[in-house]
Amino acid sequence: VTLDQHADNPQEIRVLAATGVCGSGFLEETFERALALEPHVIGCDAGSTDPGPAYLGTGEAAFPRDAVKRDLRIMLKGARRLRIPLIVGSAGTAGGDPHLEWFKAILLEIAVEEDLAFRLAIIHAQQDRAFLERLYASNRIQPLDNAPSLDADAIARSKRIVGLMGAEPFIRALSAGAEVVLAGRATDTAIFAALPLSCGIPASVAWHAAKILECGAAAAERRRHPDCLFAWLRQDHFVVEPPNPTMRCTPQSVAAHALYENANPFHLVEPSGVLDISAASYVREGNRSVKVAGSRFRPTQLYTVKLEGVELAGYMAVLIGSVRDPFIIRQIDDWLARLKRRVRERVTLIYGEQVAAYRFDIRVYGRDGTMGRLEPVKKVSSHELAIVFEVTAASQQLANAVTGIVRHQALHLPIPEWDGMITAMAFPYGYLERGPVYRFNLNHVALPEDPYEMFPMELSEIEGKAIQDHQK
Amino acid sequence: VTNLAQLARLIRSKNAGPFWLTFDIMFDSPENYLKVKKSGAIKREELARRFNLPHQEFRIYFCDNALAIKISIPRPVTQGDCGDSDGHGGQQYAPLMEIEIPDSGFPRGHFRRT
Repeated sequence: VTLDQHADNPQEIRVLAATGVCGSGFLEETFERALALEPHVIGCDAGSTDPGPAYLGTGEAAFPRDAVKRDLRIMLKGARRLRIPLIVGSAGTAGGDPHLEWFKAILLEIAVEEDLAFRLAIIHAQQDRAFLERLYASNRIQPLDNAPSLDADAIARSKRIVGLMGAEPFIRALSAGAEVVLAGRATDTAIFAALPLSCGIPASVAWHAAKILECGAAAAERRRHPDCLFAWLRQDHFVVEPPNPTMRCTPQSVAAHALYENANPFHLVEPSGVLDISAASYVREGNRSVKVAGSRFRPTQLYTVKLEGVELAGYMAVLIGSVRDPFIIRQIDDWLARLKRRVRERVTLIYGEQVAAYRFDIRVYGRDGTMGRLEPVKKVSSHELAIVFEVTAASQQLANAVTGIVRHQALHLPIPEWDGMITAMAFPYGYLERGPVYRFNLNHVALPEDPYEMFPMELSEIEGKAIQDHQK
Repeated sequence: VTNLAQLARLIRSKNAGPFWLTFDIMFDSPENYLKVKKSGAIKREELARRFNLPHQEFRIYFCDNALAIKISIPRPVTQGDCGDSDGHGGQQYAPLMEIEIPDSGFPRGHFRRT
């Protein structure tokens, strides 16, 4: 793709973001309106760490398959009709190899059902442990702010690690003639910045527009539901507008969106540099559009690839209960401390100190269940408390066994106010098995040789219905 | 005095990646934004008191062009780890709502919302 190929206005690149995350939905009517604006590319983010570490751990996706297929079908048909590239990044929530495979299978299903032919680029983001251990040994893995400590073991312990690709692997795929690019984990912005950058749009405009586009209609003033967003990128500014005529962007809604989910609202770090939007201007254009200019992009000397990894924290069992007795509620801290000691004694008696390593977390809803140690309100004023007990251990069997002990001890743990056997907790049902639980264990960047070595690409020709014929 | 919740259009919290928590305080009008900014009420010592954290944990940014104030802290528990209570970090902002903004220099009740 070059500027010449989009000759109607070589100074302008038009980008359509179908929605914030593939599978969250958008109106087909809005999408059709956006296609009428003649985009040069359709982009869609399909992942995030937001749903938690489990997805990177298990290889599963956070959005339902049918929801992803619905969104993807509309995007793919639209892209093929206009003969423009479709770029999807962070496939299947976590963007590892199983997620990419899952997403590719959906894509191929649609290609068969709709008889669509295209050149497909698959870009992998899952990282080889031995490769990362070599980087670590040569001091080419470095911590970001508030990173957990890292040793060579942490890489070996990780269940799965992905790198967040920048724009370069996408640009390479487009240069190779890919009409659909399906990528593993990527920075949300790289998906939208890649084509404009490859067409000569300045980095400051391309990355800033990408940041506004990546969540779809979230940059609109009142987003009643997930929907599309459209941008016109030019040499020294971009204009952004929601294609849904009932929504509008305002200078404030666009400026405010740059804040979303960033710790620092002025500097957005990409693998190849830092976007500085502190001096950006946001000006109303017409009723529903905003013109954005004035950001800066400072390329960094070192190319940095952010890593996301998870390791197994253990196997968890969960027990939910509640208390209504005001005598118990007024001494709840003390009562729970006694319960913890009782459980420890019982477990040690049964299994011995060595065997029975477990972690016991208690959440008290009605006290500080939501905010934990950040909770400033110390006084409990509720007439009932919900209590969630969580036991995490090296095996599900042990987690279940300890939770069984918790249930029985909690049920009859006495208080001085009452004489005789009490039943101190209400349990709506027995414990629940949560299975393996994972924790994020990396907040680091890798310093690769080049932007591509961590993100290998496979090209293939997809031939619509013919795929099925081959399989017969 | 007026509560921050009465002056802001939106107060929210959210993960900024698994290791950071970020708060946005957003305003409808430059008047309300500047009133809060100039009051000096959004300061690390006040936030530390309201969230039981050392004041060094807080990073505060005033974003004039967005009429917004951003506050970021390292997450007390990594997102999704054992003991984390709020996977998206979405319900951590309530203590900000009651920060008191002095009315000095403005007609009493002028900015009060009902």
